[in-house]
Amino acid sequence: MDDPLKRAIAPRKNVRSVLLVALALVVLAVLPQLADMFEQPAMVSLATRIIILAIAAASLNLALGYCGLVSFGHAAWYGIGGYVVGILYNHYVSGDPLFGLPLGTDQMLITLPVAILVSGLFAAVFGALSLRTSGVQFIMITLAFAQMIFFFFVALKAYGGDDGLIVRRRNSLPLIDTRDGATFYWICLVIAITWFALLRRIVSSRFGAVLSGVRQSERRMAAIGISTYRYKLVVFVISGMGAGLAGALMANHARFVSPDMLHWTQSGEFMIMVILGGAGTLLGPAAGAAVLILLESQLAAFTEHWQVILGPLLVLMILFTRGGLSGLWKLLRGGLNG
Amino acid sequence: MSLLMEQALNGVQLGVTLFLLAAGLTLIFGIMGVINLAHGSLYMIGAYAMAAVAAKTGSFLLAFPAGLLAAGIAGVAMEYLVVRRLYARDHLDQVLATFGLILFFNQLTTILFGRQPLFVEIPDFLEGSVMIGGIVRYPVYRLAMIAVGLATAIGLYVLIARTRLGMLIRAGATNREMVRALGVDIRLLYTLLFGVGAMLAGLAGVMAGPILSVQVGMGEQVLILTFVVVVIGGIGSIRGAFIGALAVGMVDTMLRAYLPGVLRQLMAGPDADALAAGLSAMGVYMLMAIVLLVKPQGLAPAHG
Repeated sequence: MDDPLKRAIAPRKNVRSVLLVALALVVLAVLPQLADMFEQPAMVSLATRIIILAIAAASLNLALGYCGLVSFGHAAWYGIGGYVVGILYNHYVSGDPLFGLPLGTDQMLITLPVAILVSGLFAAVFGALSLRTSGVQFIMITLAFAQMIFFFFVALKAYGGDDGLIVRRRNSLPLIDTRDGATFYWICLVIAITWFALLRRIVSSRFGAVLSGVRQSERRMAAIGISTYRYKLVVFVISGMGAGLAGALMANHARFVSPDMLHWTQSGEFMIMVILGGAGTLLGPAAGAAVLILLESQLAAFTEHWQVILGPLLVLMILFTRGGLSGLWKLLRGGLNG
Repeated sequence: MSLLMEQALNGVQLGVTLFLLAAGLTLIFGIMGVINLAHGSLYMIGAYAMAAVAAKTGSFLLAFPAGLLAAGIAGVAMEYLVVRRLYARDHLDQVLATFGLILFFNQLTTILFGRQPLFVEIPDFLEGSVMIGGIVRYPVYRLAMIAVGLATAIGLYVLIARTRLGMLIRAGATNREMVRALGVDIRLLYTLLFGVGAMLAGLAGVMAGPILSVQVGMGEQVLILTFVVVVIGGIGSIRGAFIGALAVGMVDTMLRAYLPGVLRQLMAGPDADALAAGLSAMGVYMLMAIVLLVKPQGLAPAHG
């Protein structure tokens, strides 16, 4: 704690929020049992989806919320992660060589790290280009590059093109049966907790302090001798890796990958999750993912045209609540008190 | 030679369509500082209003202004109800709110017109094709599109460089607080300008109607291309939008026309076609990447 930067951003201990997080973790851990108890078997699958999307949203939040990089293309890294799982599985089943080598596999211990690496690699290449711009141009360029990658997968007839790839069986792990829904849920939960713990370390490190500095004033950071481009690139790559991890898990969960995963509306949804939950907060994106997915599934049960309701809801939320759900909470409390 | 001519004209035609969209988008951004994702929705609204009126009355001359009007009204309503509140916000809020608008407009259009694409006939008096310079036969309708697009470009130039309104617009882009301090009703100016941008988008949609299928989602396809145009040209610059639009139109058309042939000499037919389709779809984005590497501010930046 000698580093003054580090001391300045050391998190204040708050007993109540620690207890709240602990309680949430306990509920999440026994969720499959609860689902059994209330005879809601679909709940486990829904919760798995939320957890996976929470990983992606939290990764985007690292770039968007902490560093102020408004990336409108995170679906690309998410989709690439998914396709890594799909393509490796495809080669595992057919036995065809990949790049001339027998590389196909269905081992989760291999596919997940490879997915993370490959998404990180792509994020590095496109991030290096995109980060030459800032502001609105950055938003447009990340969107356009993601669209380019989308078209690439649409044209990739060898791996299904438009129709996507079916992953007939989930990737396997030694000693654990991943085909069981509850088991897979727990795997995702453990990975998510690990990822969030890692993110927490990142944002409370010196590196994280620089990220906040770049968001608040990039010129000031540059003036104190920090090469901001490098920091932005690194955070963009980490963020892309997280999205890739989420994509790989989603490919396992849905047992299907298609260009839809890379569609630009998916990028938009990730951004909504981040804003809904509160950008620049550790657990906000997870809450945002949960609220958005639950809202979507509720509205979808109510009408086929649920977007006609969700759209205006989003507009109202942006216009009248600053900072998503917590803003709404403050607005409501303010309304009640005064 | 005649094929090359024809493809070049197709490129120009796509270019002017993109210019109509990019001009509105870049004006709105350059002056109001708002990034409007729902700009593509205005294009869609123009096309749908035109298709609906054409189907009811059978008259293109009625359908044409109807499309423009619908897009203009939708644009002014959008500015008055939503966008006006976004001027002071950061780009992220603008992106998300207008993303919400897209969801709304797309789904509303699905409810009103269904998922089936609509088809619009080319009006009788623009049917057929003419010989140009004794080299190439080209459809009259597409020629008319090019003419209308170029005329609009010139009109915009005159409006911005030569009229009082244009002077205010330029002044507003440079320093909006100062314009306000001089007693100009800046809110009215903004609403007006947004309406103009919306009508340009509507014009693009109306003209594209008879040569494309009118369907939900058409707005977003063209919106992302428009972003590429705006980034290539330099944000906020009408001249840049024009250069960028023609470049994107040309590159996209030429790749689609010639790449399959080139690739077919290297590999089997169906594979070559699939690869060519993918590569040509990616081509304009690569163009953008190259431009950014050389000139991060775009080819013709608005300031400096």
